[in-house]
Amino acid sequence: MSTLTLHPSDVSPARRLLGGALRSREIAVAIVLLLVIAATTIKNSHFLFGDNGWRDLLLTPAILLILAVGQASVIITRNVDLSVGSVLGLTAYLTGRIFIAHPGTPVVLVFLVGLAFGAALGLVNGVLVAWGRVPALVITLGTMYIYRGVFLSWAGSNRVNASDMPDSFLSLGTKQFLSIPVLFIVAVVVLVLVGYYLYTARGGRELYAIGSDPDAAQLYGLKVTRRILAAFVLSGSMAGLAGVMTAARYGTVSSNAGLNLELQAVGAAVIGGVAIFGGSGTVWGAAIGACLLVTINRALPVLGVQDFWQQFVVGVLIIGSIVLDRVLSIRRDRKIIEARDNA
Amino acid sequence: MPESATGPVVLELRDVAKSFGTVVALRSSSLTVRRGSIHALVGENGAGKSTLIKIVAGVYRRDAGDFRFLGEDVDFGSTAASKAAGIAVIYQEPTLFPDLSVTENIFMGRQPLGRGRRIDRAAMYAEAESLFRRLGVQIDPRRPARGLSIADQQIIEIAKAISLDASLLIMDEPTAALSGVEVERLFAVARSLRDEGRGLVFISHRFDEVFDLCDTVTVMRDGEYISTDPIAETSVEQIVARMVGREVAELFPKTPAAIGDAVLEVDGLTSAGVFRDVSFTVRAGEIVGLAGLVGAGRSEIARAVFGVDAFDSGSVRMLGKDVPRRDVRAAIKAGMAFIPEDRRKQGLVVESSVARNVAAVIRTGLAKGGVLTSATENRASGPWAARLEVKTSALDMAAATMSGGNQQKVVIAKWLATEPKLLIIDEPTRGIDVGTKAEVHRLLSDLAGQGMAILMISSELPEVLGMADRVLVVCEGEITADIARDDATPEKVMHAATRAARPNDIPPATTAEVPA
Repeated sequence: MSTLTLHPSDVSPARRLLGGALRSREIAVAIVLLLVIAATTIKNSHFLFGDNGWRDLLLTPAILLILAVGQASVIITRNVDLSVGSVLGLTAYLTGRIFIAHPGTPVVLVFLVGLAFGAALGLVNGVLVAWGRVPALVITLGTMYIYRGVFLSWAGSNRVNASDMPDSFLSLGTKQFLSIPVLFIVAVVVLVLVGYYLYTARGGRELYAIGSDPDAAQLYGLKVTRRILAAFVLSGSMAGLAGVMTAARYGTVSSNAGLNLELQAVGAAVIGGVAIFGGSGTVWGAAIGACLLVTINRALPVLGVQDFWQQFVVGVLIIGSIVLDRVLSIRRDRKIIEARDNA
Repeated sequence: MPESATGPVVLELRDVAKSFGTVVALRSSSLTVRRGSIHALVGENGAGKSTLIKIVAGVYRRDAGDFRFLGEDVDFGSTAASKAAGIAVIYQEPTLFPDLSVTENIFMGRQPLGRGRRIDRAAMYAEAESLFRRLGVQIDPRRPARGLSIADQQIIEIAKAISLDASLLIMDEPTAALSGVEVERLFAVARSLRDEGRGLVFISHRFDEVFDLCDTVTVMRDGEYISTDPIAETSVEQIVARMVGREVAELFPKTPAAIGDAVLEVDGLTSAGVFRDVSFTVRAGEIVGLAGLVGAGRSEIARAVFGVDAFDSGSVRMLGKDVPRRDVRAAIKAGMAFIPEDRRKQGLVVESSVARNVAAVIRTGLAKGGVLTSATENRASGPWAARLEVKTSALDMAAATMSGGNQQKVVIAKWLATEPKLLIIDEPTRGIDVGTKAEVHRLLSDLAGQGMAILMISSELPEVLGMADRVLVVCEGEITADIARDDATPEKVMHAATRAARPNDIPPATTAEVPA
């Protein structure tokens, strides 16, 4: 019968794991990331071994990493969430206002409020996309401007300053635990939770199924609407969490907080191997993609590349990774066809 | 109703009706399936078999009639509900998730859970392997569904149905794209499922298979129940007569036309994995029918000839001149017109007016100083619409509001306005009511009479036999027969179209897989 099929027993689990790892996108992006770090460190050892080198390496990508995790979950379902930058800004400002109104608010409560607020804004996106049957690109483009507009009219020319927030909160932005920044630990914990859910839970697998073929998902009798809703709520709450972290990290929140971050989050996911048409990719990849994006932006000046070229490089990275995907998939399809024709 | 199977009734449909807008898909349809029986459902394309099945599957809701499953009245509002009740449907085109592993495809939505509600992958793979072993196939449970042959995709669907423990399994033309060995394998599986006491419904156009596999046969025609008989007490002739119910000649009035010089010459056209070494000629005044099973590569050949898709080698010549590959504008300039299969998606701008649609291809010639007015469009399209008797009150009516037949006429008008030498038409009458069908056929016949060369792709055998001066049969991307009108019989065409399905013709071990 099928000549393509491998006898499962022919391949040992260890070899299968190794083969999978070598071909995986996550490993490839991680290697690029390590090369960038290595090259930059060779040029200027302060990049890694300076006073704050190690800390910055982990701290700077933390916020984008969380956004990328949320964004990847949405893209996997063949949708996209462009409102995350505005949600982040709005939540960051809300955090400041909470501390101004109630200076004694516990830090944990602020985080929970941020998560819930982001989730609520994500729910609005999800409801519009899942029931309105309008492409997410359009809906979230709209809510991106709406949320930003609400933010502008609320904040006006005011801004939240570091003096408005308690030290216990602000110190989170730079605090380290075993020389690892706390915010990075938060990001990794979130990443592990979401990654674990997507890999091992029915709900997580169904997100992939929906993105892989929405019509088939309907025929399978999957709860498509509910799952898409959940993905947007997750993305919104990730943006909310990132908003609170932004407030802690930078201390000041003005009305341009989070501007354009949504595109960076999409870029990070795409670079990390999340297919823009859904169905494949992992949050691990998106997270490494986020680290690569942020680190490259910091590394280029050290390497002596002018400002103008930094954005150029990011663009090349995104297009390069998509072209790579395309070439690999064409090659794979050719191989399958040849194997069948020669059968 | 005579029944050959005697088990308890699994599924009972009585006088089920369903309409889509003004189009009646099912008038009054009945079907009774018993446990331990393989029940054939046959009928021409458009007889309403697929609609009936989609009602059972919970995709559509019936408008009227009784629907009982396992003795209880049911009314499925979703595919999930019908699946939960124990109905599994294998569609013509398997619906799998290409990015996910075959195992995940089988268990999606009901994966075995281990501790902490986490998916127990080891158990899932083991279960999938045992399913595959039982079905006698070797498929790596970890491989993605992408790239599986249609036969293997169907095996996955069947594995899904078994793991669901479905009491009713419906297969909608599962053998359409299978080779002989694969068909045998499928039948072995179907028989073993029958012996376990499940009810099976098998839809097929291949009578040898129906008689080989099934014990009961129900015939449908034009959305109505015609008859149910035990297979042993009926014959192919009897069933065909009931399916058709009319003389072929009345329906397809092809008038003889003078055959002129070669218009289209295709030589050695090859596209890896799609079609191989395709050569044929279409002459002026000739209608050449391209017959074959769904998925044989007929539309792909037409698309390559018209320059929509690229091809790897070979040549296409119009009136003796080479037509460049993958260049639709050059093809139109050379005098080709292409009326695609799916008129709503590929043939029409359904939101636009009739006039704009008709004038769409010739618009550059109509524009004055780069400006195209509605008045010009109406003037240019009026005569064409009138000639084709498009039933529409005004040329500025939106195409979306018209019936399928009239939409098809608009598409034909659009291309006739380019005054082509060659008309390629893919499934000219799919989804069109019988009256308009005859009009479309008369129109094609007239056009050929005026010296146009016509290449007609059709899955409806009577249409091919009635209309075509010559029938080319495509099987698995190759032309397997070139039959003149007088020699063309349904048996000859079907034989060529299912060449690979004849077990005698193939070496047993190495079967070429059908390109998807």
